[in-house]
Amino acid sequence: MQVLHYNNAFSEILLLNQRYVIRSNFKMPASQQVKNQHLLWRAGFGVNAETVSNIAVVSHTALYKVLETASLSQAAYIDVANDTVKGLLMGFQQVADMQQMQASVNQNQRREFRKASAQNIKNLNTTWLNEMATGDAQLREKLALFWHGHFACRNLNIFYQQLLLQQIRSNALTNFGDLLKGVSKSAGMLNFLNNQQNQKQHPNENFAREVMELFTMGRGNYTEQDVKEAARAFTGWEAKFNGDFIFRAFFHDDEEKTFLGKKGNFDGDDILNIILEQPQTATFITKKIYKYFVNQNVDEDIIAALSTSFYESNYDIKMLMKNIFTSEWFYNEKNIGCKIKSPVELLVGIRRMLPMQLEDERTQLLLENALGQILFYPPNVAGWPGGNAWIDSSTLMLRLRIPQLIKNDDTFYITEKTDDDVQMGMEDNEKSYTKQLSKGGFRIAANINWSAYTQQFEHVNHEDLYNSIEAVVLQTNKGSINKNIIEAGIKSNNKEEYIKNVTIALMSTPEYQLC
Amino acid sequence: MLIKRRQFLQTGSLAAATLMLPKFLKAFEKNNIAIVPPGNKVVVVLQMSGGNDGLNTVIPVSNDIYHKSRPGLSISKGKALRLTNEVALHPELTAFKNLYDDGSLGILNNVGYPSPDRSHFRSMDIWQTGSASTEFFTTGWIGRYLDAQCADCGKPTQALEIDDILSLALKGSAEKGIAFKDPRRLYNTSNENYFKQLAAQHHAEEHDKPVDYLYKTMAETLSSADYIFEQSRLHPSKANYPQTELGNNLKTIASLILSDINTKVYYVSIGSFDTHVFQQNTQQRLFKQMNAAVEAFVKDMKNSNRFNDVLLFTFSEFGRRVSQNASGGTDHGTANNMFLISGGLKQKGLINELPDLADLDNGDLKYKIDFKQVYATILNKWLQADDKAILEKQYDYLSFI
Repeated sequence: MQVLHYNNAFSEILLLNQRYVIRSNFKMPASQQVKNQHLLWRAGFGVNAETVSNIAVVSHTALYKVLETASLSQAAYIDVANDTVKGLLMGFQQVADMQQMQASVNQNQRREFRKASAQNIKNLNTTWLNEMATGDAQLREKLALFWHGHFACRNLNIFYQQLLLQQIRSNALTNFGDLLKGVSKSAGMLNFLNNQQNQKQHPNENFAREVMELFTMGRGNYTEQDVKEAARAFTGWEAKFNGDFIFRAFFHDDEEKTFLGKKGNFDGDDILNIILEQPQTATFITKKIYKYFVNQNVDEDIIAALSTSFYESNYDIKMLMKNIFTSEWFYNEKNIGCKIKSPVELLVGIRRMLPMQLEDERTQLLLENALGQILFYPPNVAGWPGGNAWIDSSTLMLRLRIPQLIKNDDTFYITEKTDDDVQMGMEDNEKSYTKQLSKGGFRIAANINWSAYTQQFEHVNHEDLYNSIEAVVLQTNKGSINKNIIEAGIKSNNKEEYIKNVTIALMSTPEYQLC
Repeated sequence: MLIKRRQFLQTGSLAAATLMLPKFLKAFEKNNIAIVPPGNKVVVVLQMSGGNDGLNTVIPVSNDIYHKSRPGLSISKGKALRLTNEVALHPELTAFKNLYDDGSLGILNNVGYPSPDRSHFRSMDIWQTGSASTEFFTTGWIGRYLDAQCADCGKPTQALEIDDILSLALKGSAEKGIAFKDPRRLYNTSNENYFKQLAAQHHAEEHDKPVDYLYKTMAETLSSADYIFEQSRLHPSKANYPQTELGNNLKTIASLILSDINTKVYYVSIGSFDTHVFQQNTQQRLFKQMNAAVEAFVKDMKNSNRFNDVLLFTFSEFGRRVSQNASGGTDHGTANNMFLISGGLKQKGLINELPDLADLDNGDLKYKIDFKQVYATILNKWLQADDKAILEKQYDYLSFI
């Protein structure tokens, strides 16, 4: 509020001091419930409706064990490619074999394929969201979402996207070296970063540069000459149309290279191994993980200790995550509720706490678009910047309205920003995912299974009800929102209605944007 | 105080505002009321999304290479709107031709950047952030203008986008512009009692917490929504605009320009110009809309004596290839032209030479002017801002303003 009124600065400061003193008297170590919720939000997508009532009965170490175990199973391959796109792919492979078709026919086919493919990627998006919202492998999917932003790749080929996603999901919790090599040899990434144009006679540095700058070491830890030498080593790394990696020796430069002080007739694998030999790679990855899972403001001592053991374990991701989530410092007050949920974390988090059927799952894509995080369409190879970048006036007001939209079937007005890389000048005829109303209005037609949630409060007394709901919905600033505002207009004689309305009201606050 | 200021503006603005401005503005800044009186410069950015084909916009009608490269797409001398013996405009751009004739149109050719990227989203990112193609900026050039301009300015309405979703161009690290389609809808959405009460009850603690940032954005949005709505009704434009999206959006912008709002930059888009197939129809349809909307807007600004203070410029993320493709269209290219429209241009007409079609880079135009030079010029000369800090580099200025 001080943002609005500067005129009464003096009394405002007095008031602030008063509040501060009062608040600090109440400061105490985080409760078991807060700790467990903190863990579930960071190592997963928040609290599941069914576990609300007994969220505090386990220790956070025991809870982490459960999360970890559930995430060690092999990730099932998500295959949403429909017959249309599969048929086009087969036709395409035949054409490629014959190599006799006119360039123009080829181009039209390619356009048709990309269009069908883009529609399939929408299904990949919602299918993965369902896995995050309803699956047990929360830690794996959360890490996969992190790697999805780290190894950011735009590619309109549904098969390449499915394969890359599988690479990321199945290696999310294993070994960073394996993950790096898998991604680097994926058709999606090789194509996205133009490595098919990286040939002995005319090298293209894009792939080599991003591997070093964004995927492993970060700027300032190699020279421009290292980029050139690495690009030479990656020549000949290509993918077949079906997504298989292929090494084309004919295009490979097998002469001697000097890379990061080492000399040899290196190929791409050698380069990745040398990169993994650099402790800086462990530091870079650890820091990024810390910023994402713990706190934007890093603690250099903790980073140093974590990255040393990450390096010494030969990049064991599972061990790194365990070091973080079972540490004492992870549960420090300063690390709780300090992270702005990404749009995907927000949407999936609501769906976990309030299980629901969406009449049209593609409504979620509309929200992803309006909130600035469309899965499989990162803004660029650097991924989503995150943090405060998620928030502007439009995204914040929409975030605050989503819970009400879900509950009331209210209307909202959004015209999507078009993506010309996807549409290629054509109208997207499946654009209206949702019931589009007059004047561009949309509805989120959701059917919430309320009883799964409300029955969790069965044994809570009326006078404790508000605090119980608040405790499970919010991770920060508890007790500071004026209860009268939240309760205004809610009839308290019907317990179920009261729970629903207070929950929706609390989810429609700035506090709920944080976890 | 408000009344006094308005009275002054009404009586004094026409004759003496330009001379009196600096003193004027300072006085306002002291009171932390950022109101921009008439006489102050505003910029309207018109983004042509999708990669507009510049060669069929500003047409080298006498160039054989042009006609040979586009046997089905080139526009003949007879059909195009002649500017000089060599150069003509697309037949739909009649209003632009009139602006050319009366000295209110500048055309910059061969605008681009080194190592151009042919992906829409990436190249648009580059244009919107003002980065080099090797850099990844997370803030936009107008957003950084806000950061520099609007530290603690109370009302973050210095840059507005007429759209439902805010573009990266308007996102700074501390400040961000506001996006809305319709001031009334923005007002209705944010005027919900629950949000107002929520914003009013929050008190930031002395440590900057993330939740304080969210409440700050919320409070600013609510107060800005009121402010924008109130301003949009002060002097709503009574001019006739075409009933198209761009027409409506430029009318919204005009109404705000005619008010006392502190907005310096307006952002609006039209598209999609991604003409891989059947280019002629698409470009013609979009130009028709653009022409009519810009014509109405310029007329409105002229009639309100604001045209000298308004600079509208167009850009697209890239131009298209010189040769047509096999589907009656053109594929993604590189350098492109930009239109500059204002009553206050210092350089008019064709500011630099048309692209040299005999000197191509793999079938693509070579850029001669870095688009960041255009930004630097506008930031420095039109908005009196620190372009070097905002663009993170010193670019050579151009002389069109």
